[in-house]
Amino acid sequence: MTMAATDSSTALRPTPQKRKPIKGRWLSYVRKTWPLHVLLLPALIIALIYNYTPMFGIIIAFMDYEPWLGVNESPWVGWEHFEYLFSYPDAKQVIWNTIIIASLKIVMQMFVPVVFALLLNEVRLTWYKRTAQTLVYLPHFLSWVVLGGIFVDILSIRGGIVNRFLGQFGIEPIFFLADGDWFRITVILSDIWKDFGFSAIIFLAAIAGINPALYEAASIDGANRWKQVLHITIPAILPIFIVVVTLSLGRVLDAGFDQIFNLYNPLVYDKGDIIDTFVYRVGLQGAQFSFATAVGLFKSIIGFILIVISYRMAYKWAGYRIF
Amino acid sequence: MQYRSTSYTVFQIFNFVLIGVLSLLCILPLLHIFAVSLSSRDAATANIVNFWPVGFTLAAYEQTIGNQNFLRALMIGFQRTILGTVVSMGIITMAAYSLSKSNLKFRGRNMYAWFFVFMMLFNGGLIPTYLVVTKTGIYDSIWALVIPSAVNVWNMILMLNFFRNLPSELEDAALIDGAGHFTTLFRIFIPISMPAIATMTLFTMVFHWNSWFDGIIYLTSMEDYPLASFLHTVVVKENFNEVGVDLENLQEISNRTVKSSQIFIGALPILLVYPFLQRYFVKGIVLGSVKE
Repeated sequence: MTMAATDSSTALRPTPQKRKPIKGRWLSYVRKTWPLHVLLLPALIIALIYNYTPMFGIIIAFMDYEPWLGVNESPWVGWEHFEYLFSYPDAKQVIWNTIIIASLKIVMQMFVPVVFALLLNEVRLTWYKRTAQTLVYLPHFLSWVVLGGIFVDILSIRGGIVNRFLGQFGIEPIFFLADGDWFRITVILSDIWKDFGFSAIIFLAAIAGINPALYEAASIDGANRWKQVLHITIPAILPIFIVVVTLSLGRVLDAGFDQIFNLYNPLVYDKGDIIDTFVYRVGLQGAQFSFATAVGLFKSIIGFILIVISYRMAYKWAGYRIF
Repeated sequence: MQYRSTSYTVFQIFNFVLIGVLSLLCILPLLHIFAVSLSSRDAATANIVNFWPVGFTLAAYEQTIGNQNFLRALMIGFQRTILGTVVSMGIITMAAYSLSKSNLKFRGRNMYAWFFVFMMLFNGGLIPTYLVVTKTGIYDSIWALVIPSAVNVWNMILMLNFFRNLPSELEDAALIDGAGHFTTLFRIFIPISMPAIATMTLFTMVFHWNSWFDGIIYLTSMEDYPLASFLHTVVVKENFNEVGVDLENLQEISNRTVKSSQIFIGALPILLVYPFLQRYFVKGIVLGSVKE
């Protein structure tokens, strides 16, 4: 409401509230909120160019895109690339690798952090607990480039420290990164190694939020520590556990590009190649832009469906909302 | 106390040891690399180094620091981190302020919010994004590492949740005193949100320091690579000769100790900010994002 626009003679008289004409309302909306739109502008422009334009760029999955022809000139080929994808044995293997590696990672991420949080909560020495936390959170912040370099060194067949250690128990050197099955195991274990500590934080926070009076009451009623964990701690972290588990279902096609790209080599392509690394090799190194886009689109669409379902489930079962 | 039963004591000892072993497992690989980087070439090739340097020498570090290509990559890594963090935090803070308004005060807010949230659910994938970057004039420059990743929706949501939980009286008082939205944001919201902004800044810095893939696909010359991309190419992909380590020195220092020193220097900035990071992330991020 702007006073300047009101006639002084009518201002004193109580007038029935009149709806402003559409144009006036629009003007006052703009006047009140234009700074908010301006503040959003940089983010909007960047998102439009670098996030939304590529979404429309997926149409090249239905073309034979050639860089010198551009999007307008390249010929349409319909579903050809998708048909090729589903008839091409390598592609099937890649999809299967992705699902198996990602699902095993999800299963590990489901249980290791929560068990670790419960165990850590039983440690009574504060300094010991703090130190443990400091050490286990650290790997989360190191990049897979650094960790890739480290793992290639320590898992080496020629005197890597892990094989030397196993050798003391009479175990023959293991080709961790050169044998397909061992590669999968290495990828899954190193993934949980990197993130179990950090993923436990959310459970530790939930445990810290439990009212101590509950434990006191239980202990007066004669419940031992095990009973207290079973009937107080676990029920208290169950909602957040459900949220974490359901949200992780959205990642069934995310097998961890950064990790695998820094650890794999042609020897393990048959069991270690995943959709993302395949797209990179075929699309950017092999310049088959359209086919790689089709593979990527397949992944994006399945991923989209899974994420939407998992968010809905998390909302329904645990009242979780992202904002 | 109830805690004094024998079985509980046995459990306590077992648990104590288990937690200790798990914690050590998390740090030992890094410690091993550090020990190798400080060991003599002979000790490293003979595979006798465990977690303490054998035949202590700084030769590998001298070699690494003397390597122009490594130094340049290190500098570009810092540049990219600073530039990327400033750009991203600026853009995100401004957008989060607008999105923290309710849809009643700022009609259209929900539309904007969905516009950004949709980006978390669906993306065009690697190839279309790559093609867009090559066509928009930032290809093969440091901006290709800064701009496309600038709008981090997850950080935006954390920030808007933080803004939304500030007492609304602050904003009302500012508006009554005649402050506009810009003044409210820059003179009130940002100063009182410093802890949250500092946390997110640290996380963004870690993200930029660790990013390597965009450097590899968007930059054509290895001379422009930030450290993470450089390390990927040199250490992980082993193109040792390409990067100009002179061959005479190679005789004296084994590949392995030099590589280890490069890896360790790559991890060092993270280790340095880690104490600050740790102080914030437990209460800052986790408790901020999980609200009831």
